[in-house]
Amino acid sequence: MEIPYNVEERQDTGMFNAKLGIWLFLASEVMLFGGLFSAYVFLRMGDVTGTFISGASELNIPLATFNTLVLISSSVTMIMSWVSLKLGEQKKFKTYLGTTLLLAGVFLVVKYFEYTAKFHHGIFPETSTFFAIYFTLTGLHMLHIIGGMVVIFYFLVPGSKMMNTESERFTNRIEIVGLYWHFVDLVWIFLFPVLYLL
Amino acid sequence: MSGQPDTHHEESFWRKYIFSIDHKVIGLQYGITALIFLFFGFCLMMMMRWQLAYPEQPMPWFGWLFGETGVMLPEMYNSLGAMHGTVMIFLGVVPLAVGAFGNYFVPLQIGAPDMAFPKVNMTSYWCYFAGGIVMMVGFFVPGGAANSGWTSYPPLADIATTGQTVWLFGMVLLITSSLLGSINTITTIVQLRAKGLTWMRLPFFVWSQFVTAFLLLLAFPPLEAAGVLQLMDRLLDTSFFLPSGLIVSGEVLNVSGGGSPLLWQHMFWFLAHPEVYVLILPAMGIVAEVLSNNTRKPLWGYKSIVYASSFLGFMSFIVWAHHMFMTGMGSTISAFFQTTTMIISVPSVVILTAMFISLWGASIRYNSAMLFALGFLPMFGIGGLTGLPLGIAASDIHLHDTYYVIGHFHYVVAPGTIFALFAGVYYWFPKMTGKTLNETLGKIHFWLSMIFINGIFMPMFVQGLAGVSRRLWDGGASYAHATDTLWLNEVMSASAWLLGLAQIPFIYNLIKSMKSGEKAESNHWDATTLEWTDAPSPPLPHRNFEVIPEVYRGPYEYSVPGADKDFTPQSEA
Repeated sequence: MEIPYNVEERQDTGMFNAKLGIWLFLASEVMLFGGLFSAYVFLRMGDVTGTFISGASELNIPLATFNTLVLISSSVTMIMSWVSLKLGEQKKFKTYLGTTLLLAGVFLVVKYFEYTAKFHHGIFPETSTFFAIYFTLTGLHMLHIIGGMVVIFYFLVPGSKMMNTESERFTNRIEIVGLYWHFVDLVWIFLFPVLYLL
Repeated sequence: MSGQPDTHHEESFWRKYIFSIDHKVIGLQYGITALIFLFFGFCLMMMMRWQLAYPEQPMPWFGWLFGETGVMLPEMYNSLGAMHGTVMIFLGVVPLAVGAFGNYFVPLQIGAPDMAFPKVNMTSYWCYFAGGIVMMVGFFVPGGAANSGWTSYPPLADIATTGQTVWLFGMVLLITSSLLGSINTITTIVQLRAKGLTWMRLPFFVWSQFVTAFLLLLAFPPLEAAGVLQLMDRLLDTSFFLPSGLIVSGEVLNVSGGGSPLLWQHMFWFLAHPEVYVLILPAMGIVAEVLSNNTRKPLWGYKSIVYASSFLGFMSFIVWAHHMFMTGMGSTISAFFQTTTMIISVPSVVILTAMFISLWGASIRYNSAMLFALGFLPMFGIGGLTGLPLGIAASDIHLHDTYYVIGHFHYVVAPGTIFALFAGVYYWFPKMTGKTLNETLGKIHFWLSMIFINGIFMPMFVQGLAGVSRRLWDGGASYAHATDTLWLNEVMSASAWLLGLAQIPFIYNLIKSMKSGEKAESNHWDATTLEWTDAPSPPLPHRNFEVIPEVYRGPYEYSVPGADKDFTPQSEA
C-alpha cells in the first residue's frame, strides 16, 4: 500500500513527508553544532592564557573570506537549480546543480590548502584548545559538505532518471537537498566570524 | 511509493524477516534484540551483586570468567558497572520502549499503513544492531570494556583503556539510530494520522511517543558532539576535557591543557537528563492504555495528561545541572537548576495523580497487564518522590553518589519503566502474534518480580542514607560508615538472583504461547483504539488495515451511558 503524502502535501499540515523530515533533521543538526559552539564559548571563557586570541590571528582570513563567497554562491546556484526544475528547464537545472557541485569542490580544495599550511607550521589539533575546536568544527563541517556533494552527485548523474519518470517527486527531493545545503552554508556563516574574526 | 513491495507477490526470506521495511517486523526485531540485551545487562548486574555481597570470594559457576582465581578484580567490576548502565539504557529499555512498542503501535494507533519512511526505519534498526555489536566488542579489547561508568566522566575516561574508544564508536551508532527513529516517529504522527484523528483524539501512548521523539531528536546531538570531542581527546591528543597541569600516576600529563572536565558533564547531562524522560514517558503511555482498558473507564484528565507531558518534555531540557551540584559550579547556578527541578516534578505528579484517579470507582479487570500497570503507579511514585531530596542542592550534598541515588533511579526505571514495558508485552502480545499468553504464569511473574525487585532497591535507600558510596567495589567492606548496613548486601544480592529466577515463567510463557497459545481474537481486550478495532491479529503485512479507518471520537470511550456495549471504538461513526 502506498504511503500517503509522499509527493503531494497533506492539507492540514501543508507539507509532504520528506519536507517535515528534513526540517527535523536540520533541527537536530542545529543542536549538534549548537553543542559544539557552546563548547567553544565554554572553553574560551576558561582560556586564561589567551590561546584563542593568538590562535585566531594565525588563521588565513583572505582565504576564508574567499571560501565564504564560494559557499554563498553555491547556495544561490542550488536554489536556481530547483527553480529551473520547477519551470521545467531540465538543461538549466543540470548546469546549476553541476555548478553547485563544482563550487563545493572549490571550497574543499581551498580548505585543503589551509589545513596543510597549518600542518607545515607545526600546528595540529593538539597544539591548543583553540586549534582543537577549530579543527573539530571545520572538520565536521567539511564532512557535511562531502555528504552533501555525494547526494548532489547522485541526483546529477545516477539518480537523474527520476526527473522524467516522477518529476514532481524529483523536484521535491531537490528542494530537500537544497534545504540541507543552505544549512551547511549557514553553519559556515557562523563558523567564519567565530573562528577567524573574533 | 514506487519502491514499495506490493503485498500480492511473495517476498524473499531476507526481505521479509531480516531487511524488512515493514514497521511491524522492524518493531519485533527491535523487541527481540532489546529483550536479549535487557537480559544480558541483568546478568552483568547479577555478577556485580556477587562481588558486593561476598567481596573477593571466588564466584561459583562463573568464576572462570575472571581468570584462575575466580575473583572479580576492581577493573572488571568497573567494566561491568559501566556496561550494565549502557546496556540497560541504550540497548535495552529505550529500544524496547521506543523502537519496539513505538514502531509497532504508533502507525497502528493512528491508522497509518506504515511509518512515513520505511527504509529509514530499517536503517535505524541496523544502526542500533551494529551499535550493540560494537559495544559487545569492547569486552574483548585489551583492558576490557569501557570502565569509566555509563557517564564516562573525563579526565578518567580520557585516559582509560581502549574499551572507552570502542564505547564512543558504539554510542555514535546508537545516536544515529535514535535520530533516524525520532525523525520517523514525528513525521509519521504529524503526517499520517487517519481522517478525523485530531490531536486531542490521539491515544496517550501516541502522545508519549511524540514527546519522547522530540527529546531524542534534540537532546542526543549534543552528546554526539561531546562524544566527538572525547574521541579527539583520546585519538588526536587534544585537551578538550583535560585541564592544564593534570597529574596522572605521579607525572604531569604531556598535553596542551586548557580544557575542562566540567564541559563534558554539561554536554553529557544535557542529553542524559532528557533521557530519563525518554525512559519514563513511553512507560506512562503504555500504562495509560492498559489502565483505561482494564478499568473500563475513560482516562481521567486526558487533556491535563497531554499538556503535562508536553510541559515535562520542554522542562527536561533545563534541569540537567542538578546532576552537578557537587562540582563547584556555584550556588547561583545551583539555585536555578534546583528551582527548575522542583518545577518539573509538578507535571509528573499531575500525570501520576490523573492515573490514580482513573482507578476511582472502576470495576477493575486484574489481568497480568493490569497488574504490572498497577504496580507501576506506586513504584514510579517512590522513584519520583525520592528524587526530590536529590534535586535540592543542600540535601544532595549528603546523598550525592550514594546508594540512595542508585535506589532512586532504579525505582523509576526498573519497577517503573520495565514494569510498564512488561504490561505492554502482556497487553499487546495477542495483537502482535495472534496468540494469547498464559494468565497464571503472568500473575506468578508479576508477584515474584514485585517482591524481589523491592528486595533489591528498598535497602539501597537505607545504605545510601547511611552514607555508603555507590563506587565501592567491595560493597563497603572497607568503609567504616557502612558497617551497620553491610548485612543488607546479602539481602539485595539474594533478591537480585531470585528476581532473575522469577523471569523464567515470563520467558517460558513467551516461547510457549508463541508456539501453541490459544488463538486471540482481533479485539482481544474489548478495546477502543484502532490497532484493536480495525486491524486483524496480527495486522496485515505492509498495510495493516483492510481499509484505512476513519475516526469519529476520542480514544477512551468506555462505558458510555446508553451505548450497547461497554466500549465504543474510535472508528465507530
